[in-house]
Amino acid sequence: MIPTVYYILLSSGLFTIGVIGVLTRRNILIILMSIELILNAVNINLVAFSQYFRSVDGQVFAIFVVTDAAAEAAVGLGLIIALFRNKETVNADEIDLLKW
Amino acid sequence: MLPLIAFGILSVVALGSGTMVITRRNAVHSVIWLIVTLFAVAGIFLLQHAEFLFAVQIILYVGGIMVLFLFVVMLVNIDVALKQAQFRRQWQLGVFTAVLVFAQLAYALYKTGTGLNLPVPPGGPEPAHNTQAIGQALYQTYMLPVEIASLLLLVAIIGAVIMAKRKFE
Repeated sequence: MIPTVYYILLSSGLFTIGVIGVLTRRNILIILMSIELILNAVNINLVAFSQYFRSVDGQVFAIFVVTDAAAEAAVGLGLIIALFRNKETVNADEIDLLKW
Repeated sequence: MLPLIAFGILSVVALGSGTMVITRRNAVHSVIWLIVTLFAVAGIFLLQHAEFLFAVQIILYVGGIMVLFLFVVMLVNIDVALKQAQFRRQWQLGVFTAVLVFAQLAYALYKTGTGLNLPVPPGGPEPAHNTQAIGQALYQTYMLPVEIASLLLLVAIIGAVIMAKRKFE
């Protein structure tokens, strides 16, 4: 059996890649994809502990995380379409209407 | 030994393709690499005997969410974005912050050791019927959260339609 700590290391690596994507990219679509990476890292953690404790509660929670990711993708992509229609850009640093 | 090799291959694929997701210039390529990452994560779920979540990951994530992403990537024109800088001005600071977070997590793991200070697991064999166990947990213990999740999805559908509508009446 694989030690739980390996899963947690993998999950923190994936989380870090997602955070780097969110913080450095300009394209909003890729920022949303990085958020999906972060949510996947969370799921790996939940399933690892669920296996460790021989209980399905963690996996049920992971299913809720997937549901949440679907809702977030739908609303986020709708927002991106509305934004692209109004501002003709998908770059996060060009959306600075509130910046004084 | 064999699960460990499979875990190594899958985690290298997941981390490598995850890195490709955030470094590709073309958003379509990023989506394709993200699909590779999701498949690797699905393999890790299978390795942990979470068969139902494996199926959910492939059907819902790869089949549903990623197709939605591809649609929107095709809808917004990417020809302009291809010629522009792909990283923000403060990208060094962003990478530094993220690496700092990872160092913190790794240090915490190092301090607690491989046992993670967890209570001793109940042991015993894996539950044989993973999907059955999840179904019972979802519809008995977690009935109210399931209802709330369905409400969340309804709100998300309405919200997405209203956001993408051409004009508010």
